[in-house]
Amino acid sequence: MGSQPRLIEVRKNVLKQNDLLARALREQFRAAGVFVVSLVSSPGSGKTMFLEKTLTLLRENYRVAALVGDLATENDAVRLARSQVPVKQITTGTLCHLEAAMVQNALQEWNLNELDFLFIENVGNLVCPSSYDLGENLRLVLISVTEGEDKPLKYPTIFNSADIAVVSKMDLASAVDFDWQTAYRNIQAVRPGMQVFKLSAKSGNGMEDYLGFLKKRLDEIRVPAVT
Amino acid sequence: MHELSIAMSIIEVAQEESERRNVQITAVHLRLGALSGVVKDALLGSFEMACEDTPLSGARLIIEDVPVLINCRSCQAHRPISSVQLFCCAECGAPSAEVVQGKELEVVALEIEEWDHSPA
Repeated sequence: MGSQPRLIEVRKNVLKQNDLLARALREQFRAAGVFVVSLVSSPGSGKTMFLEKTLTLLRENYRVAALVGDLATENDAVRLARSQVPVKQITTGTLCHLEAAMVQNALQEWNLNELDFLFIENVGNLVCPSSYDLGENLRLVLISVTEGEDKPLKYPTIFNSADIAVVSKMDLASAVDFDWQTAYRNIQAVRPGMQVFKLSAKSGNGMEDYLGFLKKRLDEIRVPAVT
Repeated sequence: MHELSIAMSIIEVAQEESERRNVQITAVHLRLGALSGVVKDALLGSFEMACEDTPLSGARLIIEDVPVLINCRSCQAHRPISSVQLFCCAECGAPSAEVVQGKELEVVALEIEEWDHSPA
């Protein structure tokens, strides 16, 4: 049996399937007028506490819901249920990130038209989630002051792929000698021009600015529907 | 560590082509951006492992590293950055978040052997 080696061109995006699904989700979100925020952070950054506070404060005037990704437990969903908004857990098993298909599956029983904001909490991980588009309007990267100022330099890819950054646990800043200027400079180095919010979910300081930003973005996506 | 699932997606893409064209694949050429979020060495190891017991068993993965390019407004050109820790034009130092290259994760070519079906 004879054979000749040969090179053929193909040009295929490896994550094409995820990207196509994400595009379909984005269109679905747009049509429903829901503003979708995904959250990425390290494990232990206080993401669940931050999200709980976000949901509780927004619930007063907006219809909100959340999807939470976690490797094995449902603890986060139980905690977030205290905010009294619809919460659904996506248990990823051993997978270290969420993919568009998981978001699509989890949303099946929800009517997006009845929502203003949808939050998607990714698995605690600053590496893998960067490759997967979930159809979100905004990707928020969260770091806490206890993680140190150089986190952005260690994980430039995820910071570069994010749209806004939140520095949380500011109430602990002086206790851990956190230098805000250095952290801010590091974020700007890997993502020039990125808007950064500093806050404490625990005390509530700074939450207003950040929530104001989200409300403004929601108004912006709804402008075309009104006119 | 999501390189194994990426490797499996690469194999899926290659296998589709292999079946469609009825050819044996001996190597896969991949363009991998510095901002793809994928670690090259981990991907190479995962690929070898994921190929076992598939028609691609023994195939090589040949990776072309794709550096980050930004659109520099002061140079009015696409330029490399100082480093992935500093998104500034390597020529003039102006910061820029307009990434125009570096997120690639694409199969660009396959090395194949065509089955020879002619009678011996």
